[in-house]
Amino acid sequence: MRKFKDNLLLGLLWFGAFLTVAILLIIVGYIFYKGIGLINLEFIFGDYSPVGGGGIWPMIITTIYTIVISLVIATPIGILAAVYLQEYAKQGRLVRMIRFATESLTGIPSIIYGLFGAVFFVTTLAMGMSIISASLTLTIIVLPVIIRTTEEALKTVPASYREGSLALGSTKLQTLYKVILPSAMPGILSGIILSMGRIIGESAAIFLTAGTVAAMPEGIFSSARTLTVHSYLVTQESGDIELAAAIGIVLIVMILALNFAATFISKKLNKADY
Amino acid sequence: MNTTLERKEVKETANVENQNDQRSVKISVRDLDLFYGDNQALYQVSLDIREKEVTALIGPSGCGKSTFLRTLNRMNDLIDSVRINGDIHINGNNIYQSKDVIELRTKVGMVFQKPNLFPMSIYDNVAYGPRMQGIKNKKELNQIVEESLRGAAIWDEVKDRLKTSALGLSGGQQQRVCIARAIAMKPDVILMDEPTSALDPISTLKVEELIAHLKKDYTIVIVTHNMQQAARVSDKTAFFLNGEVIEFEQTDQIFSMPKDSRTEDYVTGRFG
Repeated sequence: MRKFKDNLLLGLLWFGAFLTVAILLIIVGYIFYKGIGLINLEFIFGDYSPVGGGGIWPMIITTIYTIVISLVIATPIGILAAVYLQEYAKQGRLVRMIRFATESLTGIPSIIYGLFGAVFFVTTLAMGMSIISASLTLTIIVLPVIIRTTEEALKTVPASYREGSLALGSTKLQTLYKVILPSAMPGILSGIILSMGRIIGESAAIFLTAGTVAAMPEGIFSSARTLTVHSYLVTQESGDIELAAAIGIVLIVMILALNFAATFISKKLNKADY
Repeated sequence: MNTTLERKEVKETANVENQNDQRSVKISVRDLDLFYGDNQALYQVSLDIREKEVTALIGPSGCGKSTFLRTLNRMNDLIDSVRINGDIHINGNNIYQSKDVIELRTKVGMVFQKPNLFPMSIYDNVAYGPRMQGIKNKKELNQIVEESLRGAAIWDEVKDRLKTSALGLSGGQQQRVCIARAIAMKPDVILMDEPTSALDPISTLKVEELIAHLKKDYTIVIVTHNMQQAARVSDKTAFFLNGEVIEFEQTDQIFSMPKDSRTEDYVTGRFG
């Protein structure tokens, strides 16, 4: 009987794992099956054509713009905020309130951020429907993610490292810079990767702040269309599932490439693998 | 409470030693009280630690010996709620009046209970302290690292793998690299907080041999739970109980004919 229970539990565990992988494979497989026929160099690197048959290069560029701009702003601010909260701030009511606020911010639906961005960046600050409005909105969306993950990463650095470094007569800043941040780097990086996923996957907030202009952006103040928005619009307008799936493939490959790049950079930063 | 009486006894014996002992006083502690918030952890601790001697601090868990050790390099400053009264002089300087805690910690090194090497190479660990002091010259660093590792009797074991992760070493080797890291700062005093409590008997023996060797050059204060260890490695022993120093004497005297009955009870294993 005990043996049976054991096997049953093992079976359930195995089933859970299997189901997860299966769902992933089915979705990815379906998207590849539907979309792979459209993938060619012309599709990826070609300019968009309103009459059909064109490429998605402008949308890829727009997506990369939004990722780079939002992360360039959000990462340093997020890390600084987390370091302050975790290493410097006196743990009291104010810090608890800030933590509560960041946690709540991660749970707010992105369309709310989109509405805020549309009112504040687009209208009040007169940036118009543009890549910069969308990137700033995305910055606000991913900031809490980066702060939370960085805080968690800093928490996992053993107190003995801090003590060891301070006992050797180094300053708090040296300890932070030379010991604590490098040890927390893998965790911080996974927060950044998570944020990249959030940015790439975002559509509602971008729709409201960057608009839908399907052309190569002239700069960060142009209105433009990201891959996800494009995918939504082509399905909505023409019901072209193959095209949407092809865009899906490009998105999946981009996310994989960015993850690999991030892991590679973290290894480079650590120099050796400890 | 018969605290005052006990304390007088300690001070009197300290005076007697002043006449007998030629070694100069390295660390002088007077009337030290320490509070964690409202809880007092140390009561009127006074003792003189002499240069190039090993002083062992013994006592049951929670008696304040580790807390006391950490006052000597001001590691207790890291805890917000800690308050301190009294004076500690090291080399004649009042360490709690000076603002420069960095300078203090370069002179007073510390080895912790568990080896706490950083996730870096062995070389980078030992070079860490000197680098933080601004030493960049490669030759100079190489020399410091080699001297320190030799000083900690681990050079031969690690010389071929200096650039590999320090965390790949065994626990005992790691602790000796920790000692090397401390002596790389060329300190006057080395504090050791139960340095062998996480080690196997053979590694413990090696660290003890190392301590006996190191006292030629350094003043060592060691907290230990292990009475035999205190007897083996130290010249003087202080017995702490409930935040007070009950007895501070030559080690052989503490273990052979303690003056206080509580010391006797503890060293003979009746409590603790």
